[in-house]
Amino acid sequence: MSDAAATSTPQSRDMKALEALYLTQVRQKRLYSGILLLLFVLLVATGFQTANARNAGGFLQGLPNILSFPTEVLSEAWANRANVPGLIVKFIPSLIETVNIAAVSTLIGALLAMVLALLSTRGLARWPRLTPLFRRLMDITRAIPEIVIALVLIFILGGGPVPAMIAIAMHTAGALGKLFSEAAENADLKPVEGLTSVGASWIQRMWLGIIPQVAPNWLSYALMRFEINIRASAILGFVGSGGIGYDLKIAMQWGAGKYDQVVAIFLILFLTIVVVDQISDRYRNRLVKGV
Amino acid sequence: MLQVENVTRRFGQKAAVDDISFSVQGPAFVGIIGRSGAGKSTFLRMMNRLTDATSGRIMVEGRDILALKGAEMRAWQSQCAMIFQQFNLVPRMDVASNVLHGILNRRSTVATIFNLWPEADIVKALAILDRLGIAEQAPKRAEALSGGQQQRVAIARALMQDPKIILADEPIASLDPMNAQIVMDALRRINQEDGRMVIANLHTLDTARRYCDRVIGMRDGRIVFDGLPDQLTTGVARDIYGADASFSEAATSTSIDALDTRYAEALLS
Repeated sequence: MSDAAATSTPQSRDMKALEALYLTQVRQKRLYSGILLLLFVLLVATGFQTANARNAGGFLQGLPNILSFPTEVLSEAWANRANVPGLIVKFIPSLIETVNIAAVSTLIGALLAMVLALLSTRGLARWPRLTPLFRRLMDITRAIPEIVIALVLIFILGGGPVPAMIAIAMHTAGALGKLFSEAAENADLKPVEGLTSVGASWIQRMWLGIIPQVAPNWLSYALMRFEINIRASAILGFVGSGGIGYDLKIAMQWGAGKYDQVVAIFLILFLTIVVVDQISDRYRNRLVKGV
Repeated sequence: MLQVENVTRRFGQKAAVDDISFSVQGPAFVGIIGRSGAGKSTFLRMMNRLTDATSGRIMVEGRDILALKGAEMRAWQSQCAMIFQQFNLVPRMDVASNVLHGILNRRSTVATIFNLWPEADIVKALAILDRLGIAEQAPKRAEALSGGQQQRVAIARALMQDPKIILADEPIASLDPMNAQIVMDALRRINQEDGRMVIANLHTLDTARRYCDRVIGMRDGRIVFDGLPDQLTTGVARDIYGADASFSEAATSTSIDALDTRYAEALLS
C-alpha cells in the first residue's frame, strides 16, 4: 500500500493541476446531464404533439369525459347496492378458479425460472457458453403476449383453465427468470467458493450456496408475480378460459344493466390482492429475520 | 464547553448508558474505553443525535443539545461531526463528493440532489483531502479505496463540516496497525492544529495512552474511571474490562512495538 508515501505533502503545483483536472471533470459532467435533460424535455414535448395529432378525439377535449364511464357504473351499482353482498358470494367459486390458475402457473413458472436463472447467470452458469441460449429462451417467453399463447392453445385444446395456466406459466418463467438471475448475479460468491473447495457438485453449490442467499428476494419477486398473475388470469377469462374474467366480460357489456356485478367483481379482486399482499409480507419477514 | 449531566439511555429494561456525568473544558482529546456493550457507542450516538436519550442533558455552550428538534437538531449535527468504525461513506460516489456531503445541511436540497456544488466548496474539499494526503484519490469512487484511505475520506467529510466537536466511534477498529496510526495521527493533528475537541471511543489501551489528554473508562453503562492516561494502570484496566489476573494488555494491542512473541508462542503451542 502506498499510504505512507502519500502522506508526505505534495507540491502545490501538483495540487493546482489536480484542482483544475477535477473541476474540468465536474463541468463536463454537468454539461452532459444538462444536454440529457434538455433532450428529455424536447422528446416528451414533441412526442406528446405527435400522439395527440393521431388521437381520434384529442387529449384535451377528451379529458373532461374521463370520469363519465366510471360514474355510470358506480351510479348504477349504487342504485342496486343491496345486491352487491349477494353477488360477491355468488362470484366466489369463479374467483377461486381464477386464483387457482394464477397459483399453479406462478408455481410452475417460478420453478422453471429458477433453473433458467441459474443457467443464465454470469459466474454461476453450469455451461457458461450456453448462457446466451437460455437468455434468448427467456426473452422469447417474455416477448409473446400471454393472450396470444392462450388463444392458440384454446384453439388446440379447447376452452378452460389449462390453456390459461400454460400461457401464464410461460410468461412467468421468462419474467421471473430475468429478475431471479439479476438477484443471483449480486449474490456473494464466497460461499460458492467455499463449497467448491470441499468438492461440491454444481447442483449442491447452487442449492446450498446461492439459494439461501437469494431466497428472500426470489420469494418476494415470486409473490409479486402471483399478484400480477391473478390479474392476468382474470383478463384471460375474457377470451374463454373461465374464471372470474368470463363473468366480468358478461357483466361489462354496455346497457346490460349488470354494473352492480362489475362492482362486486372488482371489489373481490381488490380484496384478494390485499389478502395476498398481507400474507406474503408476513411470510417474507419471517424468512428474512428467521423468526 | 461540554457538560454531560445525568444522561441515561434505556433499551427496554436494560440501561445502555446509566446516569453518566462529566464535563470537558476546551479542545481536549478525550478517549472513552471499555469492553463492547459498555455504552460507549450509545453515548456518542446520543451526542450526535442519532439515538435519543431517555433522560439527562448535554449542555454545549449553554444550550441543551438533547432537546433540539427538526431543523435545529440537524444544524447541531452539522456542527458535531461523527466518524464511524465502518467509515459510512457512499460507496458508489466519488471521494470529493463524499467530502462535500459534510456541508449538506448548509446547502439547498435541490442543488445537492443534482450534485451541484459551488466551485469554492469543491476547492475547499480538495484542499482538505490534500491536507490528509489523499488529494489524488478525489475523482475515484469511495469503494475503490483501501480501508485506511476510506477512513481518511470520512475524516475529510468531518473537517468539511468545520465542527467544534468531532466524535469518533472506534475509528481504527477495522484498520491494520499502519493505517490505524495514520488515522490516529490525523485526528491528533486536527485536535492540536485546529483546536477542535475530539471524543474517541477506543478499544485498545495503548492507543488511549498515546493519543488522549484524558481517558474515561466505562463499564455496564457507568463511568468507572476518569483521569489522565498515565493513571491507567493494568489494575485499573482490569477493573474497566472486568477481567481477571490473566488479562494481558499485549494480547489486544495493535501497536507493532507491543508485539509479544512469547504470548503468541504460548497461544500457538
